[in-house]
Amino acid sequence: MTTLTGSFRRRLLGRSAVGEKASRDDASLVAVPQDDLDPVDIAPNDPLLAYLQSASGAVDVEALELDSPALASLKAAGVKLAVPLVSQGELIGVLHLGPRRSEQDYSTDDKKLLENLAAQAAPALRVGQLVREQQAEAVTRQRFQQELEVAKLIQQNFLPKVLPDLPGWQVAAFYKPAREVGGDFYDVIPLPDGQVGFVVGDVTDKGVPAALVMAATRSVLRASAQRLVEPGIVLERINEHLCPDMPEKMFVTCLYGVLEPETGRFRFANAGHDLPYVKTADGSVELRARGMPLGLMPGMVYEEKETILAPGDSLLLHSDGVVEAHDPDGEMFGFPRLKDAVARYPGGGELIDRVLTDLRAHTGPDAEQEDDITMVTLSRSPGLAHASNGSPPAGTATRQLVEFEVPSAEGNERIALQRVSDIVAPLGLGDARLKRLETAVGEATMNAMEHGNGYRDDLSVTVRVMAEDDVVRVLITDHGGEPSPDRTAEVPDIEAKLAGLQRPRGWGLFLIKNMVDEAHETHEDHLHTLELVMHRKGDDDDDE
Amino acid sequence: MTTSELPTAVRRRDGVAVIDLVGDVNGRAEGALDAAWAEATAVDTDAVVLNFEDAGYINSTGIALIVGLLAKARARSLPIRAYGLTPHYREIFEITRLADFLAINPDEDSAVRGVERSAP
Repeated sequence: MTTLTGSFRRRLLGRSAVGEKASRDDASLVAVPQDDLDPVDIAPNDPLLAYLQSASGAVDVEALELDSPALASLKAAGVKLAVPLVSQGELIGVLHLGPRRSEQDYSTDDKKLLENLAAQAAPALRVGQLVREQQAEAVTRQRFQQELEVAKLIQQNFLPKVLPDLPGWQVAAFYKPAREVGGDFYDVIPLPDGQVGFVVGDVTDKGVPAALVMAATRSVLRASAQRLVEPGIVLERINEHLCPDMPEKMFVTCLYGVLEPETGRFRFANAGHDLPYVKTADGSVELRARGMPLGLMPGMVYEEKETILAPGDSLLLHSDGVVEAHDPDGEMFGFPRLKDAVARYPGGGELIDRVLTDLRAHTGPDAEQEDDITMVTLSRSPGLAHASNGSPPAGTATRQLVEFEVPSAEGNERIALQRVSDIVAPLGLGDARLKRLETAVGEATMNAMEHGNGYRDDLSVTVRVMAEDDVVRVLITDHGGEPSPDRTAEVPDIEAKLAGLQRPRGWGLFLIKNMVDEAHETHEDHLHTLELVMHRKGDDDDDE
Repeated sequence: MTTSELPTAVRRRDGVAVIDLVGDVNGRAEGALDAAWAEATAVDTDAVVLNFEDAGYINSTGIALIVGLLAKARARSLPIRAYGLTPHYREIFEITRLADFLAINPDEDSAVRGVERSAP
């Protein structure tokens, strides 16, 4: 019997036949294995398929005249009778029968019996086929999922673990892979003489192949960048390395720029990547430089351009996952929207947050992310044109010292408070005030992880530290847009707690308010921010 | 970053149970604190003294756990004292008024002597 399912429908295998049992009555039939029969292939356009599909019952193979290679093969294999197995109008298999052992022809009763058998066997066979198809699909899904995990692991291992702290600059990055994991990557590379390289790229294709090419590109880029500071030359070198071994139909787009933090000079070259935008005092500007994607053909030359990022300017490097996100009607987010967002919104991490909010509004909140999304921002603080040693000159405005994220997991408030303490310690806060700030940051981060993010693995707490002449500000942002009852807890009263009239917990907000000089809450879109303000010198310094 | 459960030890000195707290006093310390309290009060004791000399970070959940100990002590009219607090945590104990219900001493000797002096 041959079954026809999925991709095997073109093939009829003559693995067994049914013959007559001669020792009993002529009507009884038994299976006679004949495993030496060769499989018979039926081409999709073979007329035998159409004939069997429309046949009303058992088909006398010897008597059938068709211009059919498959029919010729069946005859050559000694098949006498073919009984189509049809389920819900679809040909799903065929019973092949060789000659009866009595050497007599199949009788009308034989055929009727076989047709009845086929009519009952076909649905059961179809069920078996469906089960097998589902099992095969499950195996395929599992393999696909394993490949995705490998690709994710490769990509995440090659993304920067931390972003550099550049005095007078704010660096922020966002990377979110699509479910199928595309080939986005970004990197920030410390270079000689205090320069810093910024990279954003995209490998065509998805999954493990893209992740491997991304890893190779990043490695060559990192090695080349140390020796060859000119961005155009670096891209040429990567292209020469990638071309010989690049898999067919794959290539890499990449924007590579080198920043001199003291002067704001930004030299860049582009290998076919989406153009970066700079927010300037005059609006948003594209940074153009010509060059072919990497890995397509050797001998390419990459145009090199440069610009000065002035105080207050903000650069956005991005991947096509942003502009190519579609709304439910199929309209792309597009370059004009992104350019407009850069012009309208503040730079840095806030620009990324705002663009993501706009993107969600465009695609719809429940839309599946189509492609990897990567954004890297590089913002120069206003009024710090000459800062070079990390200390702001007198009269300068706010400068951001650091921005980092803390995953929402129990105990991670220690990471936040330690990092803030390390950053703030050199600013001259007394020991007691620094300890108070640490406690406030720890409590605020704990609240943000618990009440704002619900300790969800996929939601982080963002911590920003800003400095002014006499004030330190720490902004702690979570994803709890609206105030929750836990955030506005009752004022703790220890006597009520000891009497069992209040729960023992609920000290967090109370501690925060008592530890810092000011605390302000803001809610914007889906984000909640608690700003902690600490004067560098306080009335209580004498107590320290 | 997570910290391991707070290691504790219970010692007895002059009829007083001394609980040594080593490490962070946070939510993960709850089991260890409860066990230490049970051990400290398993036999008659004039008071319980909490030794914070080797304690690290104390967060609001840790404060809540200490409030819980105070409530247990109050239920059995058992004095509770503390020593070894840094100036910062001493300030927090004062702000939260924990210090109103738990005597704070600079060291173990004065904490234990304080119990002896207040004993009838």
